[in-house]
Amino acid sequence: MMEKMIFGRYIPGDSFIHKLDPRSKLIFVFLFIAIVFLANNAVTYALLLAFTLLTVFFSRIRLYFLINGLKPIIFLLIFTFLLHLFFTKEGDLLWKWQFIEVYEEGLRQGIFISVRFMVLVFITSILTLTTSPISITDGMEVLLNPFKRFKLPVHELALMMSISLRFIPTLMDETDKIMKAQMARGSDISTGSIKERLKAVVPLLIPLFVSAFKRAEDLAVAMEVRGYRGGEGRTRYRQLKWDWRDHTALVLLGFVAVVLWWLRS
Amino acid sequence: MDIELQQVGYAYSKGTPFEKQALTDVNLHIPSGSYQAIIGHTGSGKSTLLQHLNALLKPTEGTVKLGGLEIRANKKAKNLKPVRQKIGIVFQFPEHQLFDETVLKDIMFGPLNFGVPADEAERRARALVEQLGLPEEVLEKSPFDLSGGQMRRVAIAGVLAMEPSVLVLDEPTAGLDPRGRQEIMELFHRLYVEKGLTIILVTHSMEDAARYANRVAIMHEGRCVLSGDPEEIFGDEQHLSEFQLSAPRVVRLQRRFELLLGYSLDKLCLTEEQLAVEMGNIVRKERDF
Repeated sequence: MMEKMIFGRYIPGDSFIHKLDPRSKLIFVFLFIAIVFLANNAVTYALLLAFTLLTVFFSRIRLYFLINGLKPIIFLLIFTFLLHLFFTKEGDLLWKWQFIEVYEEGLRQGIFISVRFMVLVFITSILTLTTSPISITDGMEVLLNPFKRFKLPVHELALMMSISLRFIPTLMDETDKIMKAQMARGSDISTGSIKERLKAVVPLLIPLFVSAFKRAEDLAVAMEVRGYRGGEGRTRYRQLKWDWRDHTALVLLGFVAVVLWWLRS
Repeated sequence: MDIELQQVGYAYSKGTPFEKQALTDVNLHIPSGSYQAIIGHTGSGKSTLLQHLNALLKPTEGTVKLGGLEIRANKKAKNLKPVRQKIGIVFQFPEHQLFDETVLKDIMFGPLNFGVPADEAERRARALVEQLGLPEEVLEKSPFDLSGGQMRRVAIAGVLAMEPSVLVLDEPTAGLDPRGRQEIMELFHRLYVEKGLTIILVTHSMEDAARYANRVAIMHEGRCVLSGDPEEIFGDEQHLSEFQLSAPRVVRLQRRFELLLGYSLDKLCLTEEQLAVEMGNIVRKERDF
């Protein structure tokens, strides 16, 4: 079940996108999310889609793998598509059956929204698929640095984030192990009434909490023993490097934004 | 209950870029009433293999036969609960599965899941606590207040309370002190002798395998590379070293002894006691001469 989730997973590689600085990737994604909303006609959406596919190509991540990753949100996608299809009543009437009517504008809106959705999911997935969680937090920490002036505990937040990211796979493994151990003792989470299933979660959650707290304590001790005392004056082992690739990517994005602005109706 | 694996293969995350082949073409027959040891390095596929023995994992290739139940790749398995009752698994660090308010309730969890009446489950729990050498007061305590060794015993009791006819043990003594180790292994041996349980022991310890098992299988890189009786497997040190394994200490001691003696003993000793008897005989013979 958990094996199939791709969102939030990292696939190591050495493509153009992999080599980008996490800062430029983060800026890229944030700007891209804003730019997506510039598109409002067929040409602009086509351009957006083409640009996204180009990014996918440069990341060397197989497209079918990304499409597989859409599965968890496929219902949301279909739901919004149908909502637009049936409830936009503009343009020519295309099709009618009893009280269900589909208008041209509805079809257009439905397709546009689906494309927008897909493009957003692809780009954000590419960010997490090509950037290790540690670099993402590093990038975030640097980008958030200006907010230190407003007493935002940037270093602590970044540390919390990297620790929680670091422990997701560990806790997943742990869950899997405990689940199997309880299944071997005849507990069953996947069948029975809702009440029975909820009851079957207790033998899973309690050991999981116990081990999570134990791990947290071990980690705290290990950090303390190695002299950790917060972010003040701390140097970095992983240095972020901004080079021509990052300039290229952002300039390209700016260019796309300008063209979108120009072509939108 | 006979267990048979035929050309079993298993791949994790099949069909994704994370696919990882953990088992390849494993063939193993474990007849009812045997004490089977499965030995191998970390990452050799032991733990994956073990999860097939109670249908927690379904093979991606081949067939697993658990008594009358057949589990094939690409076929949905049904009605696994009876099999899970008959085959109890003690996972590595089983104390991590404890969760209930009291030790008594925790031990009763398994049997109750399989529809054993509450009074019978309680009777079993009380008997097991005594059998495992735990004080009776423990029953009303929270499992989280116990010492590590006691928690391990309680967890093992939780599996034994289901009264399985096959017991699968995944390094049951990892992290225990030498004495606790021996006590637990002796307990399993007693169950094997007295109750006729089939035992499958997954272990790193050549010594435990040599002392207790009557069949040994060696796993290496996801394959079952050797299997046979312990004398056969442990006598062939050259073969063992191919898989970066060494013979049990007692066998190595015997080899040193034979080297000094100038000739080989008639049989391979698998326990210190056997070797002592053999050496005693030789010393006596030399003296009488």
